[in-house]
Amino acid sequence: MSDHTVSAFDAELKELGRKIVEMGGQAERLVSDSVGALIRRDGVAAQRVVVMDAAIDQLQREIEDKAVLVIAKRQPVASDLRDIVATLRISNDLERIGDLAKNVGKRVLAIEGEYHPQKLVRGVEHMSDLVLEQLKEVLDAYAGRDQAKALDVWRKDANVDTMYTSLFRELLTYMMEDPRNISVCTHLLFCAKNIERIGDHATNIAETVFYMVSGSMISDDRPKADVSSETTVSFPTRTLQG
Amino acid sequence: MNSAVDPTFNLSSSVSAKPGAVEAPTKIKVNNLNFYYGQNHALKSINFQIPEKRVTAMIGPSGCGKSTLLRVFNRMYDLYPGQRAEGEVLFDGVNVVGKELDSTVVRSRIGMVFQKPTPFPMSIYDNIAFGVRLHERIGKAAMDERVESCLRKAAIWEETKDRLHTSALGMSGGQQQRLCIARTIAVRPEVILLDEPTSALDPISTSKIEDLIDELKQEFTIVIVTHNMQQAARCADLTAFFYLGELVEVGTSDVIFTNPKEIKTRDYITGRFG
Repeated sequence: MSDHTVSAFDAELKELGRKIVEMGGQAERLVSDSVGALIRRDGVAAQRVVVMDAAIDQLQREIEDKAVLVIAKRQPVASDLRDIVATLRISNDLERIGDLAKNVGKRVLAIEGEYHPQKLVRGVEHMSDLVLEQLKEVLDAYAGRDQAKALDVWRKDANVDTMYTSLFRELLTYMMEDPRNISVCTHLLFCAKNIERIGDHATNIAETVFYMVSGSMISDDRPKADVSSETTVSFPTRTLQG
Repeated sequence: MNSAVDPTFNLSSSVSAKPGAVEAPTKIKVNNLNFYYGQNHALKSINFQIPEKRVTAMIGPSGCGKSTLLRVFNRMYDLYPGQRAEGEVLFDGVNVVGKELDSTVVRSRIGMVFQKPTPFPMSIYDNIAFGVRLHERIGKAAMDERVESCLRKAAIWEETKDRLHTSALGMSGGQQQRLCIARTIAVRPEVILLDEPTSALDPISTSKIEDLIDELKQEFTIVIVTHNMQQAARCADLTAFFYLGELVEVGTSDVIFTNPKEIKTRDYITGRFG
């Protein structure tokens, strides 16, 4: 796209875009660090995640202030307007991603020292790999203004949902097997839910990128495969019969 | 009267937000219009339809032909030798460009307000009454009523009712412009052409004129030429973008200002023009 006659306007839009990319990088790192802390049972790393979230919040405030100022000064229309609306929306999603990662960090601290077999976190780790990939892809789609890539991310969210539903079932089973697992599994369940929500925010960002580039909304219904709200696991009959 | 609903006004859009379709019968239909200032080909094969009782904005850089088109609508070019129009401008189905209609009749049905307020050097009352007397014979009481109703419609009655017989030249620029609008509607036109009506006014007067445009479209078909992008976005139902004598894109303002189809339109409205 060619430059604006008012070059300061270009500089302002570029600055906003740069801040989104920076915020995206920080959000990615926070998610990856929080899951890393969970896997390694690393309280120090978890604490760092909790503290680092403040930086993302700060970036969001800066982006919001700047975007509002640009709207007031430049009265943007068409693609410029969509760019700025996208900036506001994406910074909101990234801020929420930061909060969710921070919550994972807090839960790592809560279950620190409690016994939990490594196999319990394996599922959460797999799911977070998938979500991190989604997050990376969608940030690339934003930076490259790539509508097709955004659509691809949007479609793949169903895989995260499917994984979450199966993880939900798995963790319930562990709890039934041994009540000593309940505390850890409950926290892990929330961690898994947080990561699934991070996937949803990546999907929101994909929708925003699609709108920013094309000027139209994705018209299909969002693919959903999270059926955990309808999922139960029965006690094994053997146990009931004694 | 040509009451066919023009399909181009029901612009379907890929934007799933409300496309803001303009559904109205066509008031002015421009068919393959070419206009020349001597050798200069100023309008090139324009095809364009203006819906009745809606606001249509024409935008584009200086020299793009938008004011020329506005002037063709009420035969202003008749006044200048060497200027000629080819093609059709159908006003309720009658060709304005041809000689079927007398230009005085055309101008009484298609009024025009200019960039700079142009009040006559006479009283506020006579500014309104002057044009009416040219076209109609009406008594004093009827004229008083006409003057008041036009000043009310132009949202300037309260400011002028106690000074109707003082000179119009003593009014502020914003007031003068509203007086010119009152004068235009006094001869009961069907279409009002506004050529950058607020470019010489302060923001408050501009807001008053914009508010007035919104009111007037209940009764009149309005065509406005403006360099103020936001004004077009705020006031117009339909926006047409002209460049180098060509009509590049026309669509509902909702679409033109959020998601124009043509790159040239986007570059112009977002301020990326060389």
